[in-house]
Amino acid sequence: MAHIKRRGFTAMLGASALAAPGIIGAARAADPVKIGFVYLGPVGDFGWSYQHDVGRKQAEAALKGQVVTSYVENVPEAPECQAVFESLAASGHKLIFGTSFGYMNYMLKVAAKYPDIKFEHCTGYKRAPNLATYDIRFYQGRFVQGVIAGKLSKTGVAGYVASVPVPEVVQGMNAFLLGMQSINPKAKLKFITIDSWYDPGKEGDAAKALLDQGCDVLTQHTDSPSPLQVAASRNLPAFGEATDMISFAPKTQLTADVNEWGGYYTQRIKALLAGSWTSIDTWGGFAEGMLVMAPFRNMPADVAALATQTVADITSGKNKVFVGPLTDQTGKVFLPAGQVMDDGTLSGLQTLIQGIEGKLS
Amino acid sequence: MNLVYVSSFIVSIIAASTPLLLAASGELITEKSGVLNLGVEGMMLIGAIAGFATAHATGSAALGIVAAALAGVAISMVFAVLTLSLLANQIAAGLALTIFGHGLAALLGAGYVGISAPVLHAIAIPVLSAIPFIGPILFDQNILIYFSFLLICAISWFLNKTHAGLILRAVGDSHDAAHAMGYPVIRIRYAATAFGGALAGIAGAYLSLFYSPLWSQDLSAGRGWIALALVVFSAWRPFYLLAGAYLFGGVTYLALYLQGVGVSIPSPLISALPYAGTIAVLVLISRDARRVRLNQPACLAKYFHAVA
Repeated sequence: MAHIKRRGFTAMLGASALAAPGIIGAARAADPVKIGFVYLGPVGDFGWSYQHDVGRKQAEAALKGQVVTSYVENVPEAPECQAVFESLAASGHKLIFGTSFGYMNYMLKVAAKYPDIKFEHCTGYKRAPNLATYDIRFYQGRFVQGVIAGKLSKTGVAGYVASVPVPEVVQGMNAFLLGMQSINPKAKLKFITIDSWYDPGKEGDAAKALLDQGCDVLTQHTDSPSPLQVAASRNLPAFGEATDMISFAPKTQLTADVNEWGGYYTQRIKALLAGSWTSIDTWGGFAEGMLVMAPFRNMPADVAALATQTVADITSGKNKVFVGPLTDQTGKVFLPAGQVMDDGTLSGLQTLIQGIEGKLS
Repeated sequence: MNLVYVSSFIVSIIAASTPLLLAASGELITEKSGVLNLGVEGMMLIGAIAGFATAHATGSAALGIVAAALAGVAISMVFAVLTLSLLANQIAAGLALTIFGHGLAALLGAGYVGISAPVLHAIAIPVLSAIPFIGPILFDQNILIYFSFLLICAISWFLNKTHAGLILRAVGDSHDAAHAMGYPVIRIRYAATAFGGALAGIAGAYLSLFYSPLWSQDLSAGRGWIALALVVFSAWRPFYLLAGAYLFGGVTYLALYLQGVGVSIPSPLISALPYAGTIAVLVLISRDARRVRLNQPACLAKYFHAVA
């Protein structure tokens, strides 16, 4: 379980099985360097792939004239993806980003076959001299959300619409409750996993179920604005996910974690152009500008100020989020007082802290 | 748990079940005429985007529903021409319709991702909606939920108590006999297919204008397939269909609800339940040939060659 991350699960759901991939916007000009992107979903998912595509466009705009980018969407985490990577490599792309976990082994093979071409794999953990990895510390934003929830919740119980119980989601739930408990030590978190990253109907149902059980603030680790809309229909506050969803719930969304890939892509492409590209592992958060919070809205000024301060503390490294003592659901201490959880443990986290109700299935 | 939460719980179940009920009601009529249209999922998606786009352009959710119904009819007519006039295989054409609808809806909807449209609001019936507990459940819903209540009664009445319903069933059970008696088999099947398309479209609009009011690719998330399973599960009977829809919708919602109170049921198991239930019913009703004849339209998915 330790290494299964979000995108691996999505493929099993087979969401993109029906859609045929096709290279869109392939470059014609001879001069600019060609950069390729491979997405699991359609760019129209308004979530994960959408946000990567925003990053692609930002990078292309920032390096106008120097590079041209092309992307392939709806690429399943199956042997077909290898053909996609190979066709991008064969058609002269110098740097290719694969944005889904399940591409890992295929990218590894293609990277070995094309040693002169650079590859970067999002959320993966296998590297090669020409294959780098990158990911975002999503949990940092969850802690900030928790702080806000702690201030706003009257019942002291928050609801978390979860997707699948992979470490990224476990980190998120723990970080959210840690933030909430930093304000209200008795705070509790209820969660429902819907076994999908994207199913607006089911996400909304899970949101309703949580609110029907007395949660009075809602967050989500799924990609559609549906839970936010449910919260809006009941006049309760909630958080958006992956992208600023304020247009769907102008009076409800407090903030949202926004994945900012553009800066990273720009920086990596620049390194390629300068010849300084190396195979590294990047796990960036607020400090690296890879994660930002959408504007703090629909909350009193003092809460917004506290949230801003929390972001600043995490950015500066003053607040490390996962700091002991941490007790699990049975009351056992699994991180001693004063100790900071190392990235290795954190990236495979499967333990829920005390105060979270329900078990991981 | 206090009463407000219980009634809110039931309202949530009704909301989850209604799209299944709407789409399955349409498919029931289609199948009763002897046509098996497996394209429900595709028709729902077309309805969802047509409804969403129209509501966005006109500012009226009601117009959105009308547009969704028309779009559903239009796409079902493609299927009807292929299978009824050109005698293509219904199973293959239905599957193709699903895939086509999926792609076409994604294409049409590309510009509508990330924006919101007018939402279908609840219409509270004066006085009655103020009744504690019952009020919010029965008398403070949106128009499509009231419509689904009435629809199932109307379908039951139509099939069992009217002459037209009898003809429809005759066409589905023995198209040769119906033809010999002078009934226009193909025209009746066109009409039944159009009805199924309209309701699948409306079910799609229910999703994009009320249930999760937004547009996204694959918004229906398999509900069209559950609706198809539901028709078989109900053994082609309207009130069993109603019960089945609430059962499938209810179980799915309940499973999520139970997780929140700490009872964990693996959600893949719950996702599989409608299909497992349908298989169980199929086994039960196909044990003896008579039962099959009693329930399933005998000419379902069969070719009809009108002999002059």
